[in-house]
Amino acid sequence: MPERTPSQTVGPYLHIGLTQGAYGAREIFGANLADAGPSGRHIRIEGRVYDGEGKVVPDAVLEIWQADDQGRYAHPADGRPLASNSFRGFGRCPTDKDGVFAFATVKPGSVPGPAGAAQAPHINVGLFSRGLLKRLFTRIYFEGEPANAADPVLALVPADRRRTLLAKADPGNPGLFRFDLYLQGANETVFFDA
Amino acid sequence: MDDVYSRAGSRADPPYLVADYVGTRIRAPQRPLILIPQTLSEITGPVYGHSDVLPEEADLTKQHAGEPLGERIIVKGRVLDEAGRPVPNSLVEIWQCNAAGRYRHVVDQHEAPLDPNFTGAGRCVTDADGNYHFVSIKPGAYPWRNHPNAWRPAHIHLSLFGPSFLTRLVTQMYFPGDPLFRFDPIFNSVPDPKARERMICRFDLEATRPEWALAYHFDIVLRGSRATPLDADHA
Repeated sequence: MPERTPSQTVGPYLHIGLTQGAYGAREIFGANLADAGPSGRHIRIEGRVYDGEGKVVPDAVLEIWQADDQGRYAHPADGRPLASNSFRGFGRCPTDKDGVFAFATVKPGSVPGPAGAAQAPHINVGLFSRGLLKRLFTRIYFEGEPANAADPVLALVPADRRRTLLAKADPGNPGLFRFDLYLQGANETVFFDA
Repeated sequence: MDDVYSRAGSRADPPYLVADYVGTRIRAPQRPLILIPQTLSEITGPVYGHSDVLPEEADLTKQHAGEPLGERIIVKGRVLDEAGRPVPNSLVEIWQCNAAGRYRHVVDQHEAPLDPNFTGAGRCVTDADGNYHFVSIKPGAYPWRNHPNAWRPAHIHLSLFGPSFLTRLVTQMYFPGDPLFRFDPIFNSVPDPKARERMICRFDLEATRPEWALAYHFDIVLRGSRATPLDADHA
């Protein structure tokens, strides 16, 4: 049997290949997952990425993968009918010079989990950058969501670190959620191994 | 719940922290990763196929008015999973520096010439047998400031999706016999020497086009599933 090809860093020049709009090339992915089309609550998720020295990370790229507002994935392993073909559930966004990323999407619904348990609404996140030899993998949950209490993945996270996975509604901006990632330090984001 | 995707193969990957690669010191997470089950969220993933990509995007030498300088190359191979099954209809994205070792990127300040006829990005989708095929220019080596007199061996970055969010892979393809291998902390971040070899393409005389371009063959092996995700009991 063939063995896996190892992961390597995206390096500092990832934009040429992964977010090439800035280089005049056509992009097939972007940070806007949902135009007016898909049903559901349209939201924006904004945040910053910080390194172990507390400095912003200006050269990362985030990828998100999520279910639609019914909690269904546009993928054959889900198989349930989709309300709309226009929502594909994948987005990609580089951080800017201030370490900031922003996605426009719809809030996902609850997703089936192990043994019939429902998973609380969440967005799967992959993070790549120079200095990361392999992808970091985490989830964005929504603060105040009642379903969080019974979520089987959140339950695996020590209680004092769960807050690192919660996007917070911005009181001044309806529909805006804030989610910062800390690669190291006291607030280090919880990263997963699946 | 049983895993759909094998976990054992990840020992091929580098750790997050590799002290010789200075950039990892302030970016590698310091707490252990939290092991989670493979739910519907993990065993699904973005599906992008032929309709998203244009055929000419696989030829990096035809994106400008003239031809780029350097040694024209063919880079081709197959995308497979750990069971040896082809990964069909799956997006492959690549990027690289030019023949002089310079990226067309605002951050790259290496004193080597840019090539007005070379951007250095391409993409294609694997066919039904997992084959992919690019035409490009052999990238140069270039210096970086990781340590005194640090140079990266020539490489092409590759980004792959496979059938789920868990099969996502970004790697680098290196060229055979590069004298810089033993000095490069990124290449050597992979602990197993055999796994390092799997990042090196092989010269392919058969695919080399006479009077036109050398060919290099590079197979990429993604994380494999035990069952087909379609049959998996995820609920």
